Amino acid sequence: MNNDSIITVKHLYKQFGSFTANKDLNFEVKRGEIFGFLGANGAGKTTTMKILCGLSKPTSGEVTVAGFDVYQDTEKIKRNIGYMSQKFSLYEDLSVIENIVFYGGIYGLGYKEIMRSAKEMLTGLGIWDIRKKVIADLPLGWKQKLAFSLAMLHKPSIIFLDEPTGGVDPVTRRQFWDMIYAAAETGITIFVTTHYMDEAEYCDRVSIMVDGVIVALDSPQQLKAQYQVKTMDEVFLKLARAKTETTNQNQSAL
Amino acid sequence: MNEKASIISNNLSRSYGKTLAVDAINFSVDEGEIFGLIGPDGAGKTTLFRILTTLLLPDSGSASVMGYDCVKDYKQIRKNIGYMPGKFSLYQDLTVKENLNFYATVFQTTVKENYHLIEDIYRQIEPFKNRRAGKLSGGMKQKLALCCALVHKPKVLFLDEPTTGVDAVSRVEFWEMLHRLKKTGLTILVSTPYMDEAVRCDRVGFIQKGKILQIGKPQDIVDSFPMMVYAVKSNNPKFVINQLGAILGSENVFRFGNELHIYGDKMLHETLAQFSLNHKEYDIEYQSIEAGVEDCFIELMKSNNDQENE
Repeated sequence: MNNDSIITVKHLYKQFGSFTANKDLNFEVKRGEIFGFLGANGAGKTTTMKILCGLSKPTSGEVTVAGFDVYQDTEKIKRNIGYMSQKFSLYEDLSVIENIVFYGGIYGLGYKEIMRSAKEMLTGLGIWDIRKKVIADLPLGWKQKLAFSLAMLHKPSIIFLDEPTGGVDPVTRRQFWDMIYAAAETGITIFVTTHYMDEAEYCDRVSIMVDGVIVALDSPQQLKAQYQVKTMDEVFLKLARAKTETTNQNQSAL
Repeated sequence: MNEKASIISNNLSRSYGKTLAVDAINFSVDEGEIFGLIGPDGAGKTTLFRILTTLLLPDSGSASVMGYDCVKDYKQIRKNIGYMPGKFSLYQDLTVKENLNFYATVFQTTVKENYHLIEDIYRQIEPFKNRRAGKLSGGMKQKLALCCALVHKPKVLFLDEPTTGVDAVSRVEFWEMLHRLKKTGLTILVSTPYMDEAVRCDRVGFIQKGKILQIGKPQDIVDSFPMMVYAVKSNNPKFVINQLGAILGSENVFRFGNELHIYGDKMLHETLAQFSLNHKEYDIEYQSIEAGVEDCFIELMKSNNDQENE
């Protein structure tokens, strides 16, 4: 195994009854890399994410995350990863500081350590003064930046971001990506899913999944060159749409 | 007043407690036009939709749809519009077919009568017609909701964030459907938080904190962007970010994947030429690029915030 790889996936299959959600996936993610994980709704992304987060076991194949095996060491994996999504991030009716204490507690950090990290984090974000406000009263942009920082509280080596930026204003979105770049520079690996192809351009490498298969994996520059298009949006449409159309034709033939 | 206008919002305002959700908004949508309201969550898009669809009363100002007043003539408006709310609002425990029949019946029509309008879309969900709406995938729910909003042959269609959370392929298909519907003469008001969808509208209004920042054709808005934009590449992006950020202001230097996007005035080209000469060791390449819709939105947000602070 390559020492620089923080995630390795070899011949990963995941079967639900007769349905194959993931078919022979093979990829590696390098330490400190920003890895974009793209695919249409229902392509099988969530299935893979769950396996990588230690929440589901593969049907077959070899998968390690942060050096731990996804069949045996799921608890160790959970301690070494952070997770944030737009849908679920913070408890709306708890205050900023209560959310931090709660998360820190779950990860087994001591109270003093939590408070030290909290002060550092909130001062950095410029929101120490409003630490006693409940989350529901914060603007969406602040919530997302806070949720991202919180996902790093226990110093994980990988962060999974599941559609993290939906609905935020473009200034906040750029600031959010600045935070992602800053985290990646400290060696944290970023594994991100998004439906928005301009964000795919921000990644070091992206994979595109169609019907449970990874059909492309490379840097955005290489993919655009390979498909002779100007944007990742066009790359994605070429790959994902071609497949959908064939499927539809097959269905109507039946 | 524009005589062709199908939707008119005249100084509309609405507050929730201390929060001013819609702040003296003026705009109009022409008959047969696709008009996009573009802005982040919390900008006031849904409140505006709810006023125009007669589900919420404004605090002040007036609005009309097809010449009918949104307060007085709500019954006429409701008969003549289709509304697809942002939150999936069909009956989860009814099947696809049952939902569609229900909406047709409520509007005293039948699915058969206006089938030509929805045929295109319905055929895609027909294989699942006996499945309960709650068990459909996101893309399928979206298509069913659109069918239900169209089944009574409305003249004006209100779509509140129809593409949020939908993948890029389904989004393209959705916009293609809207353009086919437009050809039948339908007026469409659609909202989205995603800047890249602006180019698919005839005209757009940028909305932020309850205010319309600008209205125009997408290309005109992009053309009116007041700054130069350059894409810069280097073997040491961090160095370039720090140095150029110090010269031009950090808000004008933005990392975009393996490139940087740099904003500035007409002197920017010279600044970059000099900078790359001074730092030959970092292989700095630069090239002028066209501003995007998002760049325009950010610039308008800044000037709007400046005005607020004055």
